[in-house]
Amino acid sequence: MEGQLAHIGAGLAGLGTGLAALGVGNVAANYLAGALRNPSAAASQTATLFIGIAFAEALGIFSFLVALLLMFAV
Amino acid sequence: MASEAHGAEEGGLTFHPMDQFQLESFFGDGPIGMFTITNATVWMALAIVCVVAMMVFGSSRRAIVPSRAQSVAELAYGFIYKMVEDVAGKDAVKFFPYIMTLFMFIVFANFLGLIPMSFTTTSHFAVTVVLALLVFVTVTVVGFVKNGASFLALFWVSSAPLALRPVLAVIEIISYFVRPVSHSIRLAGNVMAGHAVIKVFAAFAAALVVNEIPTAVGAIVTPLSILGITALYALEVLVAFIQAYVFAILTCVYLRDALHPSH
Repeated sequence: MEGQLAHIGAGLAGLGTGLAALGVGNVAANYLAGALRNPSAAASQTATLFIGIAFAEALGIFSFLVALLLMFAV
Repeated sequence: MASEAHGAEEGGLTFHPMDQFQLESFFGDGPIGMFTITNATVWMALAIVCVVAMMVFGSSRRAIVPSRAQSVAELAYGFIYKMVEDVAGKDAVKFFPYIMTLFMFIVFANFLGLIPMSFTTTSHFAVTVVLALLVFVTVTVVGFVKNGASFLALFWVSSAPLALRPVLAVIEIISYFVRPVSHSIRLAGNVMAGHAVIKVFAAFAAALVVNEIPTAVGAIVTPLSILGITALYALEVLVAFIQAYVFAILTCVYLRDALHPSH
């Protein structure tokens, strides 16, 4: 029973990775919106774009890690 | 339907998606001790050999019209140099060799891991945590050596209202110490997740033949999953590069914080 509950928990933690996808999409969408308004400034901001994506993605990776721990370590 | 799935479990699906990350002794089947040469050791060494070969062969000729190898080496050098200069500032250029080394090692470890049947060293937290802790210690030491006690101004946000500053200080301190965690887990998690998903699709592809009999479901699922593997592999090539880039760029961001804490 406990093992099954851990698998349910892992599935729930998987929701977090999907929500991180929303965050990453939001960063990229806003970057694109800004870049289309002012294309000349776009190239200088790609580094910022990747930093933003990395930070948004980190929390999704954390929930992926929780899922892995529940599957294989708990 | 259910019986077919069960049959697939007995017949085709004999591997686990995480099996590819298993550490094994490279020579013989002995137990793994502190100094055993494992497949991780071999693939990390191979990554370093590849980096050295590329940069040494690339820069040995110094032709005015560059050869292909020289172009690649110069492109990589210029790309990282510009990134360090832009993100971390001009005075961070003396840390360029360190960041270049990190980037090249991670890029090659990621790409070597994409070769079928190879071993992905960066999918192991043990590898990435060491890299991230090294960055963390370096940045902290550099911050204190450069700025002395005023490095602590990083945690004291002087642009915020006075009442908020202690709260912000707590948050800043937590976020500072979470840095090595997120820095390492981001790389290992991305690489591991991608490779595990590819293996899951590979298991679906084995559904064509269940107990040595071709099935109707398999005739649809197998081509689709092979297409899926191809698409995911292309995505993984992109991820392999982007994660190395992100690791290097975050190192630059942390270095900028250490060099200009009041910023």
